Amino acid sequence: MNWSLFFDLTVSGLTLGSLYALIALGYSMVYGILKLLNFAHGDVYMIGAFVGWYTLHALGGPLNPTISGAAVLFVMFIVSMVACGVLGVAIERFAYRPLRNAPRIAPLISALGVSIFLQNSALLIFGAGFRDYGTFDLIGVKTFNIGQLFFSVTQLLTVVLAILLMIALTVFVARSRLGKAMRSTSFDREAASMMGIDVDRVISVTFFIGSALAGAAGVMFGLVFGQIYHFMGFIAGLKGFTAAVLGGIGSIPGAMVGGLIVGLAESYATGYLPQGSTFQNLYVFALLILVILIRPSGLFGKAAITKV
Amino acid sequence: MEEPPDSPRIGVDEWVASVEGKRERYTGIRGAVLQGWDRLPAPARVLVFAIPAALFPFVTSQGNVFRYGLFTLVYALLALGLNIVVGFAGLLDLGYVAFFGCGAYLYAILASPQFGYHWQAELAIPVVVLATAVVGLLVGLPSRRLLGDYLAILTLFFGQAFVVFVNNANRISFPFVGHVDLTGGSNGIANIDPFNFFGYKIDSTMKQYYLLLIAVALVLVLLMYMNESRTGRAWRALREDPLAAEVMSIPVNRLKLLAFVFGAAVAGLTGAIYGTIATAALPGDYDVGLLITIYAIMILGGFGSIMGIVVGAIIVSSVPELLRSSANARPLFYGAILIALLVKVRPWRLLAAQLAGLVAFGFAVHAIAAAAYPRLVDGESIGSGFLPRGLDHWMLFPKNPVKIVDVAYMVMIAAIVIYPQLGRLWRAVLLPPLLYLVMFVWENLLLVQIGGATRLILLGAVLVVLMNVRPQGLFGTATVEIV
Repeated sequence: MNWSLFFDLTVSGLTLGSLYALIALGYSMVYGILKLLNFAHGDVYMIGAFVGWYTLHALGGPLNPTISGAAVLFVMFIVSMVACGVLGVAIERFAYRPLRNAPRIAPLISALGVSIFLQNSALLIFGAGFRDYGTFDLIGVKTFNIGQLFFSVTQLLTVVLAILLMIALTVFVARSRLGKAMRSTSFDREAASMMGIDVDRVISVTFFIGSALAGAAGVMFGLVFGQIYHFMGFIAGLKGFTAAVLGGIGSIPGAMVGGLIVGLAESYATGYLPQGSTFQNLYVFALLILVILIRPSGLFGKAAITKV
Repeated sequence: MEEPPDSPRIGVDEWVASVEGKRERYTGIRGAVLQGWDRLPAPARVLVFAIPAALFPFVTSQGNVFRYGLFTLVYALLALGLNIVVGFAGLLDLGYVAFFGCGAYLYAILASPQFGYHWQAELAIPVVVLATAVVGLLVGLPSRRLLGDYLAILTLFFGQAFVVFVNNANRISFPFVGHVDLTGGSNGIANIDPFNFFGYKIDSTMKQYYLLLIAVALVLVLLMYMNESRTGRAWRALREDPLAAEVMSIPVNRLKLLAFVFGAAVAGLTGAIYGTIATAALPGDYDVGLLITIYAIMILGGFGSIMGIVVGAIIVSSVPELLRSSANARPLFYGAILIALLVKVRPWRLLAAQLAGLVAFGFAVHAIAAAAYPRLVDGESIGSGFLPRGLDHWMLFPKNPVKIVDVAYMVMIAAIVIYPQLGRLWRAVLLPPLLYLVMFVWENLLLVQIGGATRLILLGAVLVVLMNVRPQGLFGTATVEIV
């Protein structure tokens, strides 16, 4: 067995997996509370990537930034996360909140509408071409290694930052008052509102956090893969949702593990399976079907009991 | 679809609602018309649509029949098939376009120079429809265990997988048979034969139009009878409440599969017809864009409403045609805004005052800009005639508008998001500047891009607004809560 190929694939799989995990968290949290499949989530991620690009260029571009490289990165992440968070809250307020008591299919269609709207707005404003992040100019091409695992600095940054964000989220949900409110709202929205929890506020916060994570993932994508474009949200959103379903939708640790599994599976499929680089998405799809058929509630999900 | 546990709906009874509706609705002339409509048997109702459609080629030119007529009918047929799956059975199928593609590719394989087969249509069409139905069965099989959203994502993936597969199938070798160029890759399959029924070739646009019309009419009649049948009622029961349906000993799984199979069969038939019209099967034709169009038709028409879908198809295929030129797009856009204002802003005196304010605001802004930043008024509006030239003296048209207009677009979206949160007084005061901003973005950005992104942006916005205003679609029946 060619170990160096295996390690390379593992590293790129972990990087991809961190991105998918961050996207999946947004899907999973929203689904947990609203039982809504937020189709526009992938496009929020795309907007996040573009906000990062504009922030980078507002600060002087990758070649001669006005402040140090690390500070530029920090500002990019903060601006993109805040912008996406606000966007997510606005989407919820406009496209989903009025439909809370409508038939289940109505918010789904509305989400589809938001997705088309965002994608084509991006096409209108950012144009159809690729935008280059110029990561190498900004932070160089240093690599690290742990034994035979070779990381580029952006890959390391992505994985570490994603893990930090996930730890922060877990602590927030487990320990804080608002996190407790989120958990109880997700458990039973009506009962939560009877206990004096401001459900609307909790939902807004959920959208803010989920979208902010997607924004961070967008910037990470730009840093790792260099090029961003207006249609990138669609397939990434699909993968993120796959990850959420794999882990058990509504479960936060499930989304993280699911993201890593999807990322690694895609990476190994590219390297090892026949025609992998062409059909990697089909292999991920096959994995999804397999999991759904064997365990419809996902790896960490609890089987839903329908109450009458 | 599974109900959210916190929804207040206790029972939804379509039958009771329809009887209640009948008692109140049927008065006066409108009532007489509606009553007459309800009494018509299914084939007669189809004639109301079919006769004008049959006369359509005689009043228009050949090019229009091809572009507008054929596409309207193809859309209508596709939406009717989708309506079985989504509208009747309530299964959210986002891979539906792939069945359409399957139909086109299968027919292309059976009747084109790709493999040298040239099957007769009377043999090829049943084979294609059956094969597509089997694909529908295979995709539907996992659906037995899935809740609505999981099914949606699975079918969406199936649609994507189909596109990836036909794009690359020329490069893979299959087990047992080895390397076969099945789909022609990204070049697709060209030179598909026209339908050949026992030697009679459907080779002109006119013949294809009438063939499609016959297919649409047949499917319409079939669906109308099916809707009233035992199966149709069982589907609706399944859509409204799967659990209750199961308790009533309705075979839920079998009905779900049946809906999938029927929907796929209609899509396969449409695909075969579309293949002969386009004379080529190209992977790009079966992507998400078409799916969204078909969904827009079904949503506009109303879930589960059969004639509504035909109306929806006519609207969705004619609006983009109308929006193609700025001369039509401008009155449509301003008309829609005006109607929205008429509905939303009461009393009319306030509206009149605000429109006057808008005119005054425009002149003021134009005067200030002309004095301070002449660059902002150097450009010209699109089009010719009285209105565009008049706008030049009122609206800002920057010479090289790229950057400022992009910023204005984002500001506009932010403003529209914030506006409803304001108090009444602020809303009244800020309406004219907001309208001016919307018009500025429309004239300088959206109208310029009318052939490209704008139409889809408007479509997305319309979907969101429609779901907010009328979640059941234009012609759908509202479900009534009975507590």
